[in-house]
Amino acid sequence: MRSRLEALAFALVLLGAWQLLHGKVVPGPVEVAKGIGELWERGLLVKYALDSLRRVAIGYAVACALGIPLGLWMGLSSTVFAAANPLVQILRPISPIAWIPIAIVIFGIGEAAPIFLIALAGVFPIASAVAAHVRTVPPMFVAAARNFGLSEPQIVRRVLFPAVLPQMLSSLRLALGVCWIVVVAAEMIAVDSGLGYLIIDARNAGKRYDLVIAGMVLVGAIGLVLDMLFRALEKIPSVRWGFR
Amino acid sequence: MRNWMVSAIAIAVAIVAWDVAVRLSDHTLIPGPVAVVRALGELASTGRLFRYAIASLFRVTWGFTLAIAVGVPIGLALGWWQRGARIVGPVIQFMRPISPLAWIPLAILWFGVGDASAIFLIFIATVLPLMMTAMQAARGVHRVHAMAARNFGLSGVQILRRVVLPSARADLVAGIRVALGIAWLVVVAAEMIAVNSGLGFQIVDARNAGDRYDLVVAGMLTIGLIGLMLDNAIRRAA
Amino acid sequence: MKLEASGVAMRFGEVNVLEPVELSVREGEFVCIVGPSGCGKSTLLQILAGFIAPTAGRVTADGVAVTRPDRKRIFVFQERGVFPWLTVAENIGFGVEKAKRDAKVKELVPLVGLEGFEKTYPHELSGGMKQRVEVARALAVDPDVLFLDEPFGALDSITRLTMRAELLRIWQAAKKTVLFVTHDVDESVQLADRVIVMSARPGRIRAVVDVDIPRPRDISSPRYLELRDGILAEIGLAHEI
Repeated sequence: MRSRLEALAFALVLLGAWQLLHGKVVPGPVEVAKGIGELWERGLLVKYALDSLRRVAIGYAVACALGIPLGLWMGLSSTVFAAANPLVQILRPISPIAWIPIAIVIFGIGEAAPIFLIALAGVFPIASAVAAHVRTVPPMFVAAARNFGLSEPQIVRRVLFPAVLPQMLSSLRLALGVCWIVVVAAEMIAVDSGLGYLIIDARNAGKRYDLVIAGMVLVGAIGLVLDMLFRALEKIPSVRWGFR
Repeated sequence: MRNWMVSAIAIAVAIVAWDVAVRLSDHTLIPGPVAVVRALGELASTGRLFRYAIASLFRVTWGFTLAIAVGVPIGLALGWWQRGARIVGPVIQFMRPISPLAWIPLAILWFGVGDASAIFLIFIATVLPLMMTAMQAARGVHRVHAMAARNFGLSGVQILRRVVLPSARADLVAGIRVALGIAWLVVVAAEMIAVNSGLGFQIVDARNAGDRYDLVVAGMLTIGLIGLMLDNAIRRAA
Repeated sequence: MKLEASGVAMRFGEVNVLEPVELSVREGEFVCIVGPSGCGKSTLLQILAGFIAPTAGRVTADGVAVTRPDRKRIFVFQERGVFPWLTVAENIGFGVEKAKRDAKVKELVPLVGLEGFEKTYPHELSGGMKQRVEVARALAVDPDVLFLDEPFGALDSITRLTMRAELLRIWQAAKKTVLFVTHDVDESVQLADRVIVMSARPGRIRAVVDVDIPRPRDISSPRYLELRDGILAEIGLAHEI
């Protein structure tokens, strides 16, 4: 309890310092709070947040649907790993933002482009991580399953998948964080709603830095909530063993 | 079949598939592999490739080094003194999900368009992950080692330097690799929006100055390859 | 012969891990393989169970060649082999077909003394308890042979004594053939009908000792000490520290 109060005190001290030190153009916490209030009244806060969340949800789902099976396959078969890994390693360091011109050419202006970027941002880290996790499963587990006469698909389903689940959850949580960061960037182009759009538009259309920072605060808060929700998943009994 | 052969064949198949897909599609703007290779040649021969790569690497070096210099010591100290971690932790957790790109308007406001903006953005993007890695690494130091250090009468700073830092080294290196990956992603994004040189800028410029998508993809490939080389370099050096 | 190995040898690259070995095990026997670290006893056990193919020789079970692991001959690893994402009951029922699972679990939980822990997860159990889960899981599929590879290695010595008595009790109730690998000479003489003594580098069988003491065994009796000291001498270990 005491440490929570201390943490709160620390945060308040920082806010206080910000309020005192802010210059003319950059607003302090009070103006930002007012900015958040304004967004709420105009109905934009909920709308923009939901727009961003929707795009992340779809992009992230695509990233998982592609990345997890690919990662499992890469982890299980060194041939598949040798085939897929070079492509993954070359494409992964290319910032999703760098894909924007190509994304616009392929998908045009609209919902598909940001979702494509988000999926792109998530799929490589997920596939890489899952492949690595599969390799760390103790061979003993697979040997025991074979001993009991399980077929290969059964071994994957009943032993490999549950065994990697805790580590995979951690990686999926980190990947969600990445996707959330990218949605902000993806919305800086090609769309006209969402928190990323708000951040850029507020500045361009009138130097409303209070709204810019309000947007940043909202992005931080929602990102934090997503992270906490994911961590709650880690308490489920059949994965809790991996998080001691 | 040996693994490197599988890799080589897979890459060859991917290139062929790319070529076929481009030929069959309606999008006349997307370049095929041959066009991209020619574009790479064009960039290399005019010296732009080299100059832009250097500019990007320069910014990464500065921003990343600053982030290490600030983030790692603070992180190690916070990780070691548990109370500090509990006090500062929530604030860090809150700041972390804020996309570095969301800082762009502020960066331009404070630093204008140029190197400083990019370096600032890279710093912002990597300092918190590095701090958190260092905190995690410090906490991972074996209790037994810590007890031995105190037994021998070492002061706080000495413990950090002679026990915590060496023990945490492996975890730190892993975290540095990840953060370097982030830095490389951010520099490209920053250059596309807030700077007038570098590999990121080259992509935007190629498109704006005449829809040269072959140069765009050539730039993307260069970015991918350099990012890969950076990662390998860190892995070797560790 | 329940299990037979003839001319079984193993080479990893340049290294001869196991010289040609002859071994036969009768049905219902409790056989211990004892030897110092690195003598290849674990490798031999894995070859007998069908997990590794020997570089020479062959293994037969009931006259049929052994080329892969089989439900009839279950390998019990140390307690780490228990699946951490399944409860005790789910672990025990793992190899059993769905229809028969509940009945099997009900039968085996009391046999291994884990009543009340059916819904507990392994990370909440002690090492000895996890070991029992693994034995129960092995017994649930009604194998002919059990291979145990230093199963009590990670347990403290007091728990080890209890577990040995438990294992003998279960063995006598279930009437399986057991092959048990250990580096602990006392353990081998306490448990086995026959002790196979191996020496290291390269691994080979030095001696086979019949333990003719009736059960329950008095571990202070002269015959016990005589047999144990004999094996220690065979391995080349001194009498006094």
